[in-house]
Amino acid sequence: MSEPASTPPGPLQDVRVVEWSNSVSAPFCGKLLGELGADVIKIEPPGRGEVSRSSGPFPNREPHPERSGLFLFANLNKRGITLDLETDAGRGLLDRLLESADVFLENQPIELLERTRLDYQSLKSRHPRLVATSISPYGRTGPYKQYKGNDLTVDALGGLSFGTGFPDREPLKTPLHQTSYLAGVGAAFATIVALLGRDLTGRGQQVDVAEAQVVGTLLTGYHLPTYIYRGIAGSRSGNRMRLGLFPNCVLPCQDGYVCIDAPQLEQYQRFLNLLGDQEWMQEPRYRDRRRMSDQYPEEAESLISPWFMEHSKEEILRLCLENRVPCVPVLTFDEVLSDSQLNSRGYFQEIGHPEAGDFRYPGPPYRFSASPVRMVRAAPTLGQHNREILCDELDLAASEYASLNRAGVV
Amino acid sequence: MPALTGPVWFKVASKESGESGLPLTNFRVVDFGTAWAGPMAAQLLGDLGAQVIKVESRARLDGLRLGRPIIDLVTGDNIAEGDRGLWPELQPVFHGINRNKLSITLNLKTDAGLDLAKQVIAGSDVVMNNYSPGVLERLGLDYPNLRKLRPDIILVSMPSVGETGPLRDILAYAPIIQALSGFMSLVGYGEDEPLVGELQAPWSDTVASIHAGLAAVAALKHRNRTGEGQFIEVAQLEATTSMLGEAILGYQMTGETPLPQGNRDEEFAPHSNYRCAGDDQWVAIAVGSEEEWLSFCQALGNPEWARSTKFTHRADRLRHQEELDEKVSGWTGTRPALEITELLQAHGVAAMPVMNIADQFSDPHLSERQFYVDIDHPHVGAEWISGMPWRLSDTPGQIRSPAPLLGQHNDYVLGQVLGLSTESLAALESQGVVY
Repeated sequence: MSEPASTPPGPLQDVRVVEWSNSVSAPFCGKLLGELGADVIKIEPPGRGEVSRSSGPFPNREPHPERSGLFLFANLNKRGITLDLETDAGRGLLDRLLESADVFLENQPIELLERTRLDYQSLKSRHPRLVATSISPYGRTGPYKQYKGNDLTVDALGGLSFGTGFPDREPLKTPLHQTSYLAGVGAAFATIVALLGRDLTGRGQQVDVAEAQVVGTLLTGYHLPTYIYRGIAGSRSGNRMRLGLFPNCVLPCQDGYVCIDAPQLEQYQRFLNLLGDQEWMQEPRYRDRRRMSDQYPEEAESLISPWFMEHSKEEILRLCLENRVPCVPVLTFDEVLSDSQLNSRGYFQEIGHPEAGDFRYPGPPYRFSASPVRMVRAAPTLGQHNREILCDELDLAASEYASLNRAGVV
Repeated sequence: MPALTGPVWFKVASKESGESGLPLTNFRVVDFGTAWAGPMAAQLLGDLGAQVIKVESRARLDGLRLGRPIIDLVTGDNIAEGDRGLWPELQPVFHGINRNKLSITLNLKTDAGLDLAKQVIAGSDVVMNNYSPGVLERLGLDYPNLRKLRPDIILVSMPSVGETGPLRDILAYAPIIQALSGFMSLVGYGEDEPLVGELQAPWSDTVASIHAGLAAVAALKHRNRTGEGQFIEVAQLEATTSMLGEAILGYQMTGETPLPQGNRDEEFAPHSNYRCAGDDQWVAIAVGSEEEWLSFCQALGNPEWARSTKFTHRADRLRHQEELDEKVSGWTGTRPALEITELLQAHGVAAMPVMNIADQFSDPHLSERQFYVDIDHPHVGAEWISGMPWRLSDTPGQIRSPAPLLGQHNDYVLGQVLGLSTESLAALESQGVVY
């Protein structure tokens, strides 16, 4: 693990972010800003720390606040302090910290923000240059702004769940906390845009990111015209894509599943060549790929399923790659980690953590030629940088620190 | 033709866009994107003020200009005609991810077309593309060449799986990337049930587009400080995998491969979409803490079953989830989703109707936040498209213009800005260069 001194010159190296957050959305946003070079200081409540420290996965499934896989991943590249922001003393220190900060990033309930006077209106008067990024399930305005939510309810409102799953069964949310991650990336984007705006005007502003809106506006637009012009408001179609040309689905093979999506006629013909001559290929019913997809997809899939069942994932990948057919195995996570494409590019990075140990983490998804980014810091242990930040950088006297510590503020 | 410099362009740019004060208003973006991932990345920049010039051509139409047209407006064998590219302005999906852009048509198969593209790039800040590996090199538009045109240019490439590696030439659409990233292996009802896999939405395209937008603005921030441009590669596969750390660490920490968990959560119970009164109506309910469970029971009127010792503590509820889900469904099944949501939220419990697009259109919250916006399109008239995903309080921006018609801004960009005369423009058109 490298020390800060060797931090590469990421594009955001002059930016400081103060993050007060829980769980995934704002932490992941902070992680991205950190790996782009910003100095990200995460504030956690003294004692237990933030909620995701108690979330799995854990090594050997044994819960431990310094070993949560979720926390370790979403909090890479940050420094961490503990500060009780429900106390005046804690807020006083935060204010001092914000004087040198460019961004205040949070995903707290609106009631808590208002009670602690850390809502944007209050912050703005004290820190007019600050970009205040706020991530919440439904947004900071509108009738649902105080409603509770998590990924399940966010996907419900965003319209993503309605279309996921089998038609006769319940709609499915996206796996893990994927929507929170997506909102976190969007918030990082919008935060940097606001910083670019500040380069022009000298003023900060609030960036209001509603998780449901990110999912809804960026993903369901695909189906919006189908509703407007054809009156279809949505439906689930299980393992096949509702729009498009056959074949466009997930099917079982000898040792798992494969995904095929071959919209172009030449791609489909090359796929048929792989299957060899079959009688059904001559029938008009099986030559209209739009009808096969819209009207009798199950029947159509039953024609190609046997070929997949006769082959393994590895064989299918090789044959389809050689024959330029867009069809790949559905990789499980053991396979993702040993994947030769990702590994040939050195994508995973091993990072050590004093309490949790060494693990391979997925790296940043971008390569910058002039301002290279990489992950350099494991997630902070609880309060790891208290003295470094509060005493060395904010010049808090040792005696003052000790008394705040005794009072439970730090 | 006149030499181009940034400032000259900027004056023209703000006159054309008719709006200043947006955070990216001083930047010009050239969008070589096709289909979803590339165009959406450029649109994210355009929404916040960048002037985005989409370079396209009849010689090779953006795939989203192909396909089934808006049915009401055409008759006959419109589907086949649409697939042949005869209705490029009537593809509403295209309209949704190309608003706030200008369109110029340059045939990049001609030297003159390439030369014009280079002139446009020379007056721009960012070039976005989601071409396959090798295409930019073949066109002579790779980073070393672009740098000669403009030393501080920022080039963002979004190859499917990367510009190197054994799969670099793979043909990939969103579901293919989702399959390779591991994401797809988690989409399903449970470990022993048939895999669902598909999401009915271009997940990995969207993930990659936001990461590409993020990389572009980070590079602009770097350029503001140092004056330096750069080349950035954002592999769509890596963008999708970069959000799956939980599962990747999970495998290493437990030795077990993460598999689909349906709507279940390790800490919440009840936690699912429950059937409600009506056809295909569902409500999402998520109960975490003990306090929320007590509020939930109270909202339901403390029914007998909720007092069972099977449900007393969170661990008990997680252990008896199947039975718990049955009981909750029994209660939700006779009630409308909206009524349940209002009741539970009033008790501090997370709940939300599982909405389809029709539901979203009638929702007051989404309406207030301009989830969908209407705009006039010259060939379609009033149409609905998705609103902006985030809100910047001082410079919220707006949907300034609908998706451009093919070549709609040839006169402005090539004529007014590059300075081509009407005659030369007409000649280039007849030669199939501006096409």
